Amino acid sequence: MTSAPLHNEDDGVSAIVSEIQTQLRTRVSAEIPVEPGTHITRDLGLDSLAIMDFIFDLEDSFDISIPMERIAEVQTVADLAKAISTLRKEAA
Amino acid sequence: MGIFDKFADLLEQTKTLSSFGQSPAGLKFEKILSPTEAMLNGKRTILLGTNNYLGMTFDEESVQCAIEALKSEGTGTTGSRVANGSYNGHKALEEDIADFYGMHTAILFSTGYQANLGAISALAGRGDYLLIDADSHASIYDACRLSDAQVIPFRHNDADNLNRKLKRLENEPGSKLIIIESIYSMLGDMVPLQDFVDVKNKHDNTYLLIDEAHSLGVLGDKGRGLCEHVGVEDDIDFITGTFSKSIGTVGGFLVSNHKEMDIVRLASRPYMFTASPPPSVVASARQTLSTVAAATDKRKQLWENATQLYTGLKNAGYELGPTISPIVAIRLQDPEKAIALWNGLLEAGIYTNLALPPATPFGWYLLRSSISAAHTSEQIALAVELCTKIGVELGLITLSNSKKANIELVSVKDETKPAALNGSSEKRPRAKAEPKSAALPKADGSAARA
Ligand SMILES: Cc1ncc(COP(=O)(O)O)c(C=O)c1O
Repeated sequence: MTSAPLHNEDDGVSAIVSEIQTQLRTRVSAEIPVEPGTHITRDLGLDSLAIMDFIFDLEDSFDISIPMERIAEVQTVADLAKAISTLRKEAA
Repeated sequence: MGIFDKFADLLEQTKTLSSFGQSPAGLKFEKILSPTEAMLNGKRTILLGTNNYLGMTFDEESVQCAIEALKSEGTGTTGSRVANGSYNGHKALEEDIADFYGMHTAILFSTGYQANLGAISALAGRGDYLLIDADSHASIYDACRLSDAQVIPFRHNDADNLNRKLKRLENEPGSKLIIIESIYSMLGDMVPLQDFVDVKNKHDNTYLLIDEAHSLGVLGDKGRGLCEHVGVEDDIDFITGTFSKSIGTVGGFLVSNHKEMDIVRLASRPYMFTASPPPSVVASARQTLSTVAAATDKRKQLWENATQLYTGLKNAGYELGPTISPIVAIRLQDPEKAIALWNGLLEAGIYTNLALPPATPFGWYLLRSSISAAHTSEQIALAVELCTKIGVELGLITLSNSKKANIELVSVKDETKPAALNGSSEKRPRAKAEPKSAALPKADGSAARA
C-alpha cells in the first residue's frame, strides 16, 4: 500500500494531509472518516466532477498545478499529500 | 471471470434507462423526412437534437455534388492520404477551408473527433504542456491520452485559473498549448474568448487552439465562428472544426496561419492511419461550405429560433444553460424525471438528447436540444408547449412558475398527423409571432458567465 508511514522524512507531508482533510471535510458528509489511508475515489462518495473541483481548490491552496497523470497515480489521501509535496519541491 | 464482466455496471445502467421507455442510445429512425423531421416508431417526429444548425442535410446542390462525385470517383478512397495519395477534392477542400478562414493552411481529417485527436496529439509532444478546459469534449480528453505532453486541466471558462497555471510554468522550456471550445456542447455556454486571448498573449511560447465545432456557420457575420464574432482571429493559433454539424455531412479540419503546419500531417497518427474522407462527402462539404459565408439569413433565423425555444422554456419555469444559444439544455436533478420527460416528449413526437453524468457539468441530467435554422416557429412552439405540459405533469415545473402557462396547454392533437409543418424548405411559411430579438451573445462572451 502507498499509504505508508508519513513521519519518517516528513517534508511537511503531515501538514499537507491536514489541509487535504480540512478541504475534504467541507465536501463529504460528517459520518465518513477522512484519514490518510482513505481512498479518495472509492470511500468518499464523491463523483469525478466533485473530485476535480476539490483538486482545483487544492492547487490554489498550495500554488501548484497537478498534472492529470499525477492524479492518475493517486489513490489515498496520503498519496495525494505526497504528490503535492513532490510537486512543491519541483516547483521550488 | 470474463472480458465483459467489467461492463456489469454499465449494462445495469442502460437496462434501468430503457426500463422507463425507449433506450436513449438505441433509437432507430425508420425514415428521415427532412432536416427537422423523421419517422420514429411509426410516428412523425420533430428532430430537436441533431446539431443540424443550418439545416443543410438535404440541400439540393450538396446532394447533387455528392452524386456526381460518387459517379465519377467512386464510393471510397480505400486508404489514407499518406499511404495512398490524395484526390483532387481533398486538396481543393483544404484550400476552401484555408480561404474561408483567411488562413495559411488547412488539414482535412475524416471526422471532427479525429481532427482534435490528430491536431492536439501531434502539436503537443514530449516536454510540452496541454492546458485544457475541465469541461472539454471527449475528443480533447482522448487527444491528451494520445499526446506525450503533460496535461493540466483548468477550471471551466476560468481565464484567471489558466493564467495562474501558465505563470507556474513560466520557467519551463516546453511549449504550452491551451485548448478551449467556442460553444460548449452540453449547456451551450460560450467561452469568454477575449479573456483567454489576453491571458495567452501574456505568456511566451504559448499557443491557443479553439474547437469551433458548434459555432462554424452559427456565429460571425461570415459564419466563421466565435473568433470572427469576437474579432480575435489574428490572435488564434489553431482552429479545429467539424463538417458533421452545420455543414451537414462528416469530416473535420485543423486550420492555422502558422506556415509550418504541413509537417503536422506526418506527425499525426489520426491523420496517417485511417482512410481519407470519400469523394461524395468531400464534394458535399465543399458545396455547403461555399454557401456558409453568405448564409446570413439562415444565421438570423437560427438565432431567432434559438431565442424562441430558450425564452419559451425559461418562461415555462425551466432551469436552462446560462445563455441563449442554438444548444438549449434543460437542467434537471432527478434522473427518473429527466428520463420520463425525454420519453414523454418522444411519445408526443419530439426528439431531444438525454445527457447524463459524468458527461454533463455538475452531475446534472440534461435534456439537451439543438435548434436549426430549418425549424419552423410552429415546431418550436409545439416543443415548448409539450415540454411545459409534460413538465407540469411530472412536477418539474408548476403552472404558477410558468408565466407562459397561457399557452393554454392544448392537449396533444391527433398523433398521426404531422406534428408541425415540414421545415425543409427555405420558403416555408413562418408564423407572424416572431420572437422580438435574435439575441446574439455579447462580443466578449460575458454572457457565458451570466
Ligand atoms: C466540441 C466538439 N468537438 C468535436 C466533436 C466531434 O465531431 P465529429 O462528429 O465530426 O467527430 C464534437 C461532436 O460530437 C463536439 O461537440
